[in-house]
Amino acid sequence: MKRSNKPIFWSLFGAGGMLSALIGPMLVFLTVVAVPLGLVSKQTMDYPRALAFAQSGIGKLAVLVVISLFLFHGLHRLYHTLHDFGVHIGPGAKALCHGLAILGTLVAAYLLVKLGWG
Amino acid sequence: MSAPHTYTRPIAGWWRRNPFYRAYIVREMTCVAVIAYALELLVGLARLAQGPEAFETWLARLARPWAIVLNCVALLLIAFHAWTWFEVMPKTLPFINVGGRRVPDRAIVAAGAIAAVLASLLVLFAFLYR
Amino acid sequence: MVEPRTRNIRIECLRYAPGVDAAPRMQAWDVPFTDDMSVLQGLQYIKDHLDGSVTFRWSCRMAVCGSCGMQINGIPKLACETFLREYMPAGIRVEPLAHFPIVRDLVIDQSDFLAKLESVRPYLIPAVPRTLAEGPYRQTPGEMDAYYQYSQCINCALCYAACPQYGMNAKFTGPAALALLHRYNADSRDAGKAQRMEIINAEDGVWGCTLVGYCSEVCPKGVDPARAVNQNKIESTKDYFRHLLMPRGSGSR
Repeated sequence: MKRSNKPIFWSLFGAGGMLSALIGPMLVFLTVVAVPLGLVSKQTMDYPRALAFAQSGIGKLAVLVVISLFLFHGLHRLYHTLHDFGVHIGPGAKALCHGLAILGTLVAAYLLVKLGWG
Repeated sequence: MSAPHTYTRPIAGWWRRNPFYRAYIVREMTCVAVIAYALELLVGLARLAQGPEAFETWLARLARPWAIVLNCVALLLIAFHAWTWFEVMPKTLPFINVGGRRVPDRAIVAAGAIAAVLASLLVLFAFLYR
Repeated sequence: MVEPRTRNIRIECLRYAPGVDAAPRMQAWDVPFTDDMSVLQGLQYIKDHLDGSVTFRWSCRMAVCGSCGMQINGIPKLACETFLREYMPAGIRVEPLAHFPIVRDLVIDQSDFLAKLESVRPYLIPAVPRTLAEGPYRQTPGEMDAYYQYSQCINCALCYAACPQYGMNAKFTGPAALALLHRYNADSRDAGKAQRMEIINAEDGVWGCTLVGYCSEVCPKGVDPARAVNQNKIESTKDYFRHLLMPRGSGSR
């Protein structure tokens, strides 16, 4: 019996799932609900603060980890859910889903490097 | 030894046949919200890299009613993901024994929920005061 | 003596005659019942008094043999411990266990289920073979506790009827077989984990499971196959990375 390669993707799925379960709700609430609605001062996410965060070491790490793991988690699950719905797009679908996650990670990394260190 | 002339029933639409299956599908579909939010952050990051005007424009778009509504839906879905994640977490862990007694599943779920609350508070403080 | 109150319930049952019917059809009867009667007894009444051709499996009548599994109003249950009184006044719809080919009426082809159970090496593989002269194995209550619930499986196959992944892909090893596998891995008398890893690690091993969790929900014995399968995802992952980093020691532990 051939050994499955699922463990790699499942680990990424699990890490992303745990991260999004721990901080996802608060992160979504703050960044795209509270700030736009003015429940929290818009200053917390204005350009200078956002830039300073993205230029710091810890900020870069945080943004990269969140974007990357959320994408790996979501796209892995999406792939399996399509199968559950009976949508069989073949082995290309697996490559596409995980490929998109890798692409998103690379784009985020590139942008974070481009933003520099302030 | 299998029998001749057996009848195989169609499996299509299985998830509609039972509330348990439907709840499972909702749980799985929360992945759409997780992907959407990650892409939202990615777009925001790109706008940040383009400069202050681009970033301010992106922030202003987030305040539009349709964006608020969609993001609130995403918030609900991600909150449901968080809840269901901790709910199934005990199934993925080996039995834990403390002082000779088995730690019940509900304790593991509670520990997960508490960890989420603490982590969320950390994020809140970092966001507001860093 | 006071006569037990008798009411009538409508039992609708799937009928299929192999080689005669092109497809299954439903047939309904009104069955007199008392509050203590199970669905199995309702079916037995139909067979004894109304239609002797109705075919179904049963044996112990007390939820230990695993023979009478069927879909009752779409949910996999043991007919002997499901009670007619709970389905009044709407009545019940009885169908064969889902995800298995139908042989006749409520009887399904369980050959794949049995093959899966056999495939997991469901026997003790001790590190050193033990002779009779050495006496029985010793096991503490704690050691037995580690595998006990997984040993309670009565092979009723309700979990396979519950599992949509098995329904979509019959090559999936499935809940009961993987729980049985885990039962032996978790037994302190056993040392055969390495030999069973190949089954766990396969695409149709634990990786066929998406933690729907319905298997554990329907299990009449509290085996919790969902847990047995998903715990082994971690084991499989550990084994995968161990194999990646140290290819010589493949799957050994």
